[in-house]
Amino acid sequence: MYDIDIIFKIAGIGIAIAFIHTILKQAGKEDIAHWTTLIGFIIIIFMVATKISDLFQTIRQTFLLQ
Amino acid sequence: MEIIQIVSFGLVATILVILLKEQKPQIAFLLAIITGISIFIFLIGKIAIIIQTIEQLAFEANINIVFLETILKIIGIAYIAEFGAQISRDAGEGTIANKIELAGKILIMVLALPIIAVIIETVIQLLP
Repeated sequence: MYDIDIIFKIAGIGIAIAFIHTILKQAGKEDIAHWTTLIGFIIIIFMVATKISDLFQTIRQTFLLQ
Repeated sequence: MEIIQIVSFGLVATILVILLKEQKPQIAFLLAIITGISIFIFLIGKIAIIIQTIEQLAFEANINIVFLETILKIIGIAYIAEFGAQISRDAGEGTIANKIELAGKILIMVLALPIIAVIIETVIQLLP
């Protein structure tokens, strides 16, 4: 499957964010921890949105919906 | 053997989602969405082959192309609506999922309306 790398990418970002969040929380930097989570979330949302637009384009081409 | 690819893809994605769910539920949800999209994009190539065959059969049987186009559009709407509704339902928003399904049904009804009208007119002409 040629799409498997995006799954690993997102899971990796998620695990890394969880890790950074925990470390920053332990260090007492709550606000920076929340910003990290937010930025990681935005990056992943960007990837998902690109993929969704890809899917909609393909469906439009296949089912003649213009 | 593409089914083995898809099943292993799904299993890997499921394990990753379970791994992420404890720490970051939102990211686990996005991961689930993208898994669904990937499988769907893979399947749509196969659906295109089926549609090509149906188009060829319809061309040989001299069926009006408008009917076939309407049917294809209806199938497309059904797939998209089902996809969106399932994502919403996975996220625990059953209300939004129901509304998406309702919209899909009504749009399909709008597309099917001309065909229904033609059928009713034919039946009325047949009646004495």
